[in-house]
Amino acid sequence: MLSRALRLPVACAGVRGPGRRSLAHVTNVPDIPTEEDRTFSVPIAEDSFETYEMDPPPYSVDITKKQLRQIYHDMTLIRRMELTADGLYKERKIRGFCHLSTGQEAVAVGIEHAITKQDKLITAYRSHGNTLMRGGTVKNIIGELLGRRGGISYGKGGSMHMFTEGFFGGNGIVGAHVPVGAGIAFAQQYTDSGSVTLDLYGDGAANQGQVHEAYNMAKLWNLPIIFGCENNHYGMGTSVERASAMTEYYKRGQYIPGLRINAMDVLAVLSAVQHGKAHVTAGKGPLLFEFLTYRYAGHSMSDPGTAYRTREELQKQRSNDPISNLKERLVEWGAFSEDELRTIDKEVRKQVAKDAEEAEKMPVPENTPDVLFEDVYMRGSEPNQRRGRTIDETYYKG
Amino acid sequence: MAAPRLFRPAARLLSSRPTSAPLRPAFRKPVYASLAVRSQGYATESGTKDVTVRDALNEALAEELESNQKTFILGEEVAQYNGAYKVTRGLLDRFGPKRVIDTPITEAGFGGLAVGAALAGLHPICEFMTFNFAMQAIDQIINSAAKTHYMSGGIQPCNITFRGPNGFAAGVAAQHSQDYSAWYGSIPGLKVVSPWSSEDAKGLLKAAIRDPNPVVFLENELMYGQAFPMSEAAQKSDFVLPLGKAKIERPGKDLTIVSLSRCVGQSLNAAAELKQKYGVEAEVINLRSVKPLDVETIIQSLKKTGRIMAVESGYPMFGVSSEILALSMEYGFDYLTAPAVRVTGAEVPTPYALGLEQLSFPQEDTIVGQAAKLLRL
Repeated sequence: MLSRALRLPVACAGVRGPGRRSLAHVTNVPDIPTEEDRTFSVPIAEDSFETYEMDPPPYSVDITKKQLRQIYHDMTLIRRMELTADGLYKERKIRGFCHLSTGQEAVAVGIEHAITKQDKLITAYRSHGNTLMRGGTVKNIIGELLGRRGGISYGKGGSMHMFTEGFFGGNGIVGAHVPVGAGIAFAQQYTDSGSVTLDLYGDGAANQGQVHEAYNMAKLWNLPIIFGCENNHYGMGTSVERASAMTEYYKRGQYIPGLRINAMDVLAVLSAVQHGKAHVTAGKGPLLFEFLTYRYAGHSMSDPGTAYRTREELQKQRSNDPISNLKERLVEWGAFSEDELRTIDKEVRKQVAKDAEEAEKMPVPENTPDVLFEDVYMRGSEPNQRRGRTIDETYYKG
Repeated sequence: MAAPRLFRPAARLLSSRPTSAPLRPAFRKPVYASLAVRSQGYATESGTKDVTVRDALNEALAEELESNQKTFILGEEVAQYNGAYKVTRGLLDRFGPKRVIDTPITEAGFGGLAVGAALAGLHPICEFMTFNFAMQAIDQIINSAAKTHYMSGGIQPCNITFRGPNGFAAGVAAQHSQDYSAWYGSIPGLKVVSPWSSEDAKGLLKAAIRDPNPVVFLENELMYGQAFPMSEAAQKSDFVLPLGKAKIERPGKDLTIVSLSRCVGQSLNAAAELKQKYGVEAEVINLRSVKPLDVETIIQSLKKTGRIMAVESGYPMFGVSSEILALSMEYGFDYLTAPAVRVTGAEVPTPYALGLEQLSFPQEDTIVGQAAKLLRL
């Protein structure tokens, strides 16, 4: 099937990612209602999608002013939270790993606004934004990063392991959570839930064998799943061209229809996921989405992110920032004034600062055996005794 | 030197604290009427009957599939082929393709998928054709299944059972002959079970499926066809054995033999020979559970006999026997009248030729010989 996207000269072709594109042709949004809850249609750039064996999503989304404001707010909130984590890490208050998603906010936010709380999501270790979107709070996420008892995982998980209802982490082994995501979709099918699983992984994980094992079972059993490859161009410090024999990740499902999305545009992500969810929950089988995005930060805090890419490249990508992109359009369309958006920025900044401050004040877990050994097993089914560092530290239960 | 404190009552296990509320919505109760359990073996006057380990496992699976809609079984050849070792025979016909699922030969993939289904609230039984192949999925068993509940601060349960034959079989050489008890036994968050008899097989498998934690259930191919008498109680569908509890298969006063899986039978035969040859009474403990390990039963027996020998077919280094010997020293040093000893598999990849294979694993005369040496007979 020859899609509209394939017939167009595609600006985001090639793995270097979407360049800055002219928004002139999408500025024309007539009659933005004054009411917050009135639905209207906003256009999506024609070069936002490339398809593989499927029709492209609609080149517009129906949305309200309230939703647009929330989307802008959410992206700003993730950005601010990540920058705050960056600062706390540099103050040596966050230990170990910390993978930031600055630059990739449109993926987490666009997906969340296209799905419901009944839908499920699982991702890898760059998961702060997803956690926030799935019901975490700035306070309990930062609290977790700081190793506090009030953290979202009670100080047991840290940066990579956060869970909420409908969100299955936060997983630290590259690629291993992809079949796990297929299992979540399997459970959705088993229970006839009518919902969808978003199974996110990076371009680095895309080369793992078990990712392809998951594709196979998902297609074989027609699971309600959207595989989502977040292509931020680097698996740690290795560029996609240096790691993948074929970098069109949306085509790598072969027998699974695919879609490449300009994921620097949150509305393109929203439209694509809405479209994908409808396809998948109609029982038409899995889809493979590639979210073309860009990671501003290094892989983790120990990586300044400069050894394998040029300053110019980073500069160029920053000029295609997902938050600025949306802001620019909202103002151009006359949906919001710059002042209104600036107010949101200020509020978010204030809220994150306050939440981070409160998180810092939360106590750390008590250094007791009760806390150390809790939740290794389900409560009520623990072994009678477990060994500590010495025989005297053996922990008895029951 | 006083032995460190050890014994705490186990009675409160499973009753002491309320189970944390399930995170995912519960399924509705099964609605269909209970189906008659296939009759097996021969009834005797006392009501016991002989049942093979294979049939006992099959019965446990059928009963749990029947009583819990969240339970399903998946694995290679489990459905149409009736199981590579016929453990799942008849289950497809009885429960249909939704709950008895053939997978592609991709252990990491379907192992991970099963874990995902468990995280999402189902109670999968994941069969590995053998645990040798589960090495492809060991990351899923350890990193995805065993650790998630802890990492999530206790909000994400993972009720899953991994099962299949473990250890060596006959003449299948190195890649198909490894015992993984020690591998899984070392991982916090897992429970590891290793049955020997038919009652073990049924009662422990049902317990493993019902346990809310990830459980690794290590069967043994050489035991599948072996028949054991099964008590009337064990024939019923409510028969469940506790995890973490060992069983004294043969009481004795002179020597404690701690063993698991197929080696329990060999140890019992060896004990009979020790009695016949030397008049020695060896106590044989069937561990049943590798994790949690029933330290209490082992040490109480050691205190009684003063001598302990561990018998297993795994590799000797860093193994189940190593752990039992270490525990003997930590908890029972003052009661030992001779150094603790172990009989294990040899430190060698399993050879194919029969004679060499026999030299790689404990034989009954190996056990008798080592016991005689320990007892200075």
